[in-house]
Amino acid sequence: MSLVERVRRSRVWPMLWKEFIQMKRDRLTLALIVGIPALQLVLFGYAVQTDVRHQPTIVLDESRTSESRALVSTVGNSGTFDVVGHVHSRAEVRSLIEDGTAKAALVIPPGFMSDIKRGHTAEAQMIVNAADPQSAAAAMSGAQLAAGARTQALLGAAGRNRVVPLDLRVRPWYNPAQRSAVFIVPGVIGILLTLTMTLITSTAIVRERERGTLEQLIVTPIDKTSLMLGKTIPFIVVGYAQMTTALFFGKVIFDLPIRGSILLLYVAAIAFILASLGVGLLISTLVRTQAQAMQLSFFFMLPNILLSGYVFPREAMPEPAQWVGLALPLTYFLKVLRRVLLMGVGVEHIWREGVTLAVIANALLFVSIKRFSKTID
Amino acid sequence: MTVAVETARLRKTFGALVAVDALDLTIRRGEVFGLLGPNGSGKTTTIRMLCGLLEPTSGSATVAGFDVAREPEKIRERIGYMSQRFGLYDDLTVLENLRFYATVYGLHGADRATRLAAHMGEMGLAVRATQLAGTLSGGWKQRLSLACATAHRPAILFLDEPTAGVDPAARRAFWDSIYVLAGSGTTILVTTHYMDEAERCQRLAFLSRGHLIGLGTPAEIPAQFGQATIEAVFVELQRRDEGAAA
Ligand SMILES: Nc1ncnc2c1ncn2[C@@H]1O[C@H](COP(=O)(O)OP(=O)(O)O)[C@@H](O)[C@H]1O
Ligand SMILES: [Mg+2]
Repeated sequence: MSLVERVRRSRVWPMLWKEFIQMKRDRLTLALIVGIPALQLVLFGYAVQTDVRHQPTIVLDESRTSESRALVSTVGNSGTFDVVGHVHSRAEVRSLIEDGTAKAALVIPPGFMSDIKRGHTAEAQMIVNAADPQSAAAAMSGAQLAAGARTQALLGAAGRNRVVPLDLRVRPWYNPAQRSAVFIVPGVIGILLTLTMTLITSTAIVRERERGTLEQLIVTPIDKTSLMLGKTIPFIVVGYAQMTTALFFGKVIFDLPIRGSILLLYVAAIAFILASLGVGLLISTLVRTQAQAMQLSFFFMLPNILLSGYVFPREAMPEPAQWVGLALPLTYFLKVLRRVLLMGVGVEHIWREGVTLAVIANALLFVSIKRFSKTID
Repeated sequence: MTVAVETARLRKTFGALVAVDALDLTIRRGEVFGLLGPNGSGKTTTIRMLCGLLEPTSGSATVAGFDVAREPEKIRERIGYMSQRFGLYDDLTVLENLRFYATVYGLHGADRATRLAAHMGEMGLAVRATQLAGTLSGGWKQRLSLACATAHRPAILFLDEPTAGVDPAARRAFWDSIYVLAGSGTTILVTTHYMDEAERCQRLAFLSRGHLIGLGTPAEIPAQFGQATIEAVFVELQRRDEGAAA
């Protein structure tokens, strides 16, 4: 039989045909799969909107002058920060931020007024709790706006060209990498894709087992590869649909920059989608019920959230945690997403990740198909 | 080849439970063979081993001349199987289910189209072609299952309680189809709890707690157990089983 004939007669075709019909008839699931990223991002966006305003702020004013009070009132009127109290030491600043009473602290050193009077640049600090990246990003831009307003006023009053009178330094605490909301959105996209892909693939074959249709199917001469690929390939379409929805809402709600080639991103995404589907397939060969499949899929999310670099920078992790991260497809895809979307790099900076993902995907699919048995016990 | 199915000391255990033990059975080509026995006597397990769905714990079996452990795929091409539980896709139509199975069994193109059209006619399914399988009544579901299991013209057909929960008229129609298939040379292994269906088989095997305890024509079986009818044999076996369990 010629290759063309072999491909034409492959039993993956009837599988795909059936899966797409079933998918088309299961509108609710389809709507959920595409709707969830929209919902998630809207909720996420809403959280950002509420967090950015009125962040409780404390003031350590060691200058106690008219200039320092003017800065405090500008910051307090910015809308981003609400001055909730004055403190008298750096130790107090630390403890109030650590216990969550304050999200930010304005620290004005003793020589603030005299620096301005002498025509030097007066320095002050805006300390921001950056452990919560969404509000930190807003705090940073809020501080810059307030400093800009005060600088304008000082320059106007001075009426002459002088050095920049005020330097309000933003000091992000607890998250020196200064991750912003924009930095988090690609992560949300990656996490969503990982969850959906593993969840729907891991339950797909088990669902047939539970409904009794698998027994009727595996008694036919269908080969394992066709059966498993046929159950998996349709979800690639779902993955792309979900990614597109997420990118769209990311752009609309967060003004997520898309600096690099979107085509490059979509090409690289196939390796990630396949790797995630591979994880789901592997899970489906380990379990007997849909409930078990879901539990394992959610369990798999844990290392993804903690160790992939989604929130916590991987460089700051202990080595064993970094190694675990290297086994997660999301770790590589996050790099691809951030580099292509935020940094706008080309293929030369992401091909390594792409190849690694392709290798992981192949290994997972191979092992899953190998493990699958056309028996019912 | 005059032998369609042959088992030798076939055995299956699930942990400590012995579901089928020391089963020696020979089914001739073209035969309509009935497998009887109370619930849990090992009928489904036997059929599943013969179809390659369960690996025998020990012993051996050949189906259509192929060993179940070594060449299950060769067997799969030559058999049809109706599982005890409805196993088709509820969210596909009658025609889509048939088309899917015909293609998976290797029918393509014009071949498939003519075969499916003819088969739908034979099975009387044409009137339901576009109805979703999930919305069919029990009798129609069984008929569709039989159609899906036979579109590829298998040499051997395994039917596990095909008429459970189906009304008498539908059962009669179902058995008419079985006789048509048998008439065209198909070997049929069928399990049932209905005595009138048992009477329609050419030979019967009785299983009790995994053991073969009776074998013969419907006329011979009652005498082997000193009973008047097959039904009486059945009731007696059930009573013995319950006695053993108590
Ligand atoms: N997958 C399984 N795991 C454990 N026990 C099983 C399994 N399948 C069947 N059994 C047991 O094997 C015995 C025979 O079952 P089965 O072959 O289904 O009987 P029948 O079809 O005659 O009603 C029963 O006791 C049943 O509970
Ligand atoms: Mg049974």
